[in-house]
Amino acid sequence: MQMTTLRQEVLFMAIFTAAVLTMPFWLEPLGASYPDLLQKFAIYGIFAIGFNILFGLTGYLSFGHAAFLGMGSYAAVWSFKLLTMNVIPAVIFAVVLSGIFAAAIGYVSLRRSGIYFSILTLAFAQMSYNLAYSVFTPITNGETGLQLSLRDPRILDRTLDEAAGIPFPEFFGTEMNGYAGFYFCAVLLIICFFISMRIFHSPFGMTLRAIKSNQSRMGYTGFNTRPYTLAAFVISGMYAGLAGALLAVTDPLAGAERMQWTASGEVVLMTILGGAGTLVGPVIGAGVIKYFENIFSAYHEARLHEIFSFMPEPLQNFFVTITAPFVGEGWFLTLGLIFMLIVTFLPGGLMEGARRLGGLVVRRKSQQEPDKLATAGVGAQDHG
Amino acid sequence: MDNAVLHIADVNKSFGGLHALSDIDLQVMEGTTHAIIGPNGAGKSTLLNICIGRLAPDSGAVVFNGEVITGKQPYEINQLGVARVFQTPEIFPDLTLLQNVMIPAFARRDGAFRLNGWQMASHQAEIMGQAEHWLEDVGLIGLRNRFAASLSRGDKRRLELAMGLVQHPRLLLLDEPTAGMSRHDTNATIDLLKKIKARGMTKVIIEHDMHVVFSLADRITVLAQGMIIADGRPDEVRGNPVVQEAYLGGTNP
Repeated sequence: MQMTTLRQEVLFMAIFTAAVLTMPFWLEPLGASYPDLLQKFAIYGIFAIGFNILFGLTGYLSFGHAAFLGMGSYAAVWSFKLLTMNVIPAVIFAVVLSGIFAAAIGYVSLRRSGIYFSILTLAFAQMSYNLAYSVFTPITNGETGLQLSLRDPRILDRTLDEAAGIPFPEFFGTEMNGYAGFYFCAVLLIICFFISMRIFHSPFGMTLRAIKSNQSRMGYTGFNTRPYTLAAFVISGMYAGLAGALLAVTDPLAGAERMQWTASGEVVLMTILGGAGTLVGPVIGAGVIKYFENIFSAYHEARLHEIFSFMPEPLQNFFVTITAPFVGEGWFLTLGLIFMLIVTFLPGGLMEGARRLGGLVVRRKSQQEPDKLATAGVGAQDHG
Repeated sequence: MDNAVLHIADVNKSFGGLHALSDIDLQVMEGTTHAIIGPNGAGKSTLLNICIGRLAPDSGAVVFNGEVITGKQPYEINQLGVARVFQTPEIFPDLTLLQNVMIPAFARRDGAFRLNGWQMASHQAEIMGQAEHWLEDVGLIGLRNRFAASLSRGDKRRLELAMGLVQHPRLLLLDEPTAGMSRHDTNATIDLLKKIKARGMTKVIIEHDMHVVFSLADRITVLAQGMIIADGRPDEVRGNPVVQEAYLGGTNP
């Protein structure tokens, strides 16, 4: 818990809210201002914020958070199929269900710490992934993925006698695609961020940090740490479930690949890249990864030839050959490189980089000020 | 003064073939400062580890305040009112000094688990006040916003002392609280511990520094090779030839 005042928190929230809501405008010059990508920024921001509550505060590194993401998606789609196309029940259903799921997995996994905890969570997630493809195909629809269909009961909607055809998830009449979908996700991101900030600054958050710092000491200090870590695990599982639900809200289908270990790894990357244990870091990390994924994976050889077209032919071919493996399908290579650079030179993530830059500016200023004073002093002498 | 807060009853502990503790039977009276001394490897720290639930005895029991605490979790024992200062400082290196002391204060006020996630800053004033009070008493208030990892060993000890004291435990176990401190800081710590004694806190203290032991202790137990070889008032122990043979090196301190 940092010693923050209420006023600081309000100011911080105001800045964050403004930044999120104006994203379509200030991301325009970066070529990232289209609804699909904006929705992803918000959704994976929520996912990473939740992951950070567990990893950033308690230090427990879960490699299985994608299980909750997938769980949230399935729950939301089932809510669309069985109840109504309104997103509110879907979101609530997803969050509650993934919370229960997280409580069960956390109860077992949190008996171990360190690498054993990570392996246990990974095992549970892979188990869920494989079960989704095999035993649970009646629920998950296997490889095809869970989709909406005309024959869905949608009990609540039918009573209202709505029009035929496969509808889209809606929020009291507004369809959740395009910018409407983004703003729905953005508002939830802001709420999630607020909750995360309150946790960070509360005694509960401080207790979690103390567990990360010296867990065995917590016992001799009178804390039963298991419920604390479980609470953090469940909260972060619910965040992941919410993110999964929003993925289904903006695109109503759910597949098992969302539960795969690569998805779990991605949120680890986002959090560490942005800065684990910081408030905004994970949101920035999620944004950066999703942005680069979009930009780099969209490049292909023809585009590269265009970029290097100012060069003579052989040189152009040479550069295209070098850069080609890093774009398109191979963009993970770029991501890996960025990640290696960040972890090697900025172990605290992008937030540490920002802090160092800030520190540099402050030092510059304080170096300049004595000069100013000296010049002023000389001037005064002249006048004297 | 005549009821025992802590009763270590016939405790045995072996590590492999080594008898670390043999039939230790020891009573610590309410409000006293009870020193346990003895050469290295005598079993002093093992005894404290058994008291706080870090180790389980092979046989025997520890009774605190009329309740058997052997077999309880460390956090349960702490919640009953037993706090400990460790031989190698056990602090929270990534938290500030103030937070280091606030953590045990929260444990004292809120119990072993409470989801106080929504507490406003103003409600923390009480806990922060207590933490600042004890940081002041151990002389670290000037460093309150520093990270604990940056402290010297002696300062970490003083910080840990504040972490123990902020809980107002009925029984405070101190494992070499002044090791690594300068003479000046040692004397300041002695004064502080005397002040606490006036408030009726019972203490068990393990110490090598005889200056500290004889300034504080009401009663001294001498351990050697896992056995109690003497037990009594400081003047009795000081004059005991067995003790001088085993520990005090045959010279009158």
